[in-house]
Amino acid sequence: MGVVSSKMGNLGMVTTTLDEAVNWARTGAMWPLLFGLACCAIEMMSTQGSNYDLSRFGMELNRASPRQSDLIIVAGRVTRKMAPVVRQLYDQMASPKWVLSMGDCASCGGVYNNYAVVQGVDEIIPVDVYVAGCPPRPEQLIHGIMTLHEKVRGERVLERINDR
Amino acid sequence: MSMHIPSVLDPAASAKAALPDSILDTHEYANQLTLIVKPSDIVSVARYLRDTKGLIYNYLSDISSVDYYPDYNRPGRFGVCYHLYSMLYNRRLSLKVFLQEDEPVVPTLTALWEAANWLEREIYDLMGIAFEGHPDLRRVLLPEDWDGHPLRRDYPLGYETVMFSFNKDEINQHKPYAKE
Repeated sequence: MGVVSSKMGNLGMVTTTLDEAVNWARTGAMWPLLFGLACCAIEMMSTQGSNYDLSRFGMELNRASPRQSDLIIVAGRVTRKMAPVVRQLYDQMASPKWVLSMGDCASCGGVYNNYAVVQGVDEIIPVDVYVAGCPPRPEQLIHGIMTLHEKVRGERVLERINDR
Repeated sequence: MSMHIPSVLDPAASAKAALPDSILDTHEYANQLTLIVKPSDIVSVARYLRDTKGLIYNYLSDISSVDYYPDYNRPGRFGVCYHLYSMLYNRRLSLKVFLQEDEPVVPTLTALWEAANWLEREIYDLMGIAFEGHPDLRRVLLPEDWDGHPLRRDYPLGYETVMFSFNKDEINQHKPYAKE
């Protein structure tokens, strides 16, 4: 943050860069999509519960509509039948949007190395952060989310606009 | 006045006496009786077992199917097993039909039990056994455009090589990652 002009007796102004201000807003209330596929979703719910309290990071509010969410946490194995649905949910989300692949199954197929399960959700949607574990503990998911916040804070706003 | 419950009949003996051409064999394992039935007669046998006094196998618990590929020492490659339960007498019975590899078709039981609808669709989906006369024979678990029937033993499992640090470059080259 920039210089606070407190010496002038005026506490109402802060100078900063546009990137920093926008990214501060984006990381401060990154609402996930209300979406879970398997047992990882149980850990995700636990992360949002009072013990781990994801609302500390402004993320306790799961939006039931992809139009209103910024982050999709793919929590569980993606079957080949579910894959088009996941892709459609991702396509319906408004930019800017991020993807977190939670657990081994979503990241690489996990133990389900067979015909029915997509071997990594990154085959259908681009993933920003992978969280290992089967299932990952809430601490691991929070670490993944912190890593994603770190990534978002490093983004340039204009680059993202030109990308999409 | 008390309710009259007809006395119990032996399912194998009475079915053999009533439908001698339809019951090909009986088989007992671990106190569980199985009747081997001629595939074309499965509906009449099931109806007899459901409606006859003293039998009343009125509940269809499940339908399962088996693929004995490749060296099947049996009358056919496929087996379809109907698991019946009598809620009145609290006992169970299985019916089994063997189907040929080139034409795995068996009449549907949906006329007797509505529950057979989805059970038969599941077998059609995963094992590729058709049910003649079924009102709605579509896939139930897999996507509609799926190729083949995964529970058949000659269906490839779809195994992919697991990625480790020594082979990740090679796998990354051909893995279809999403671009956007």
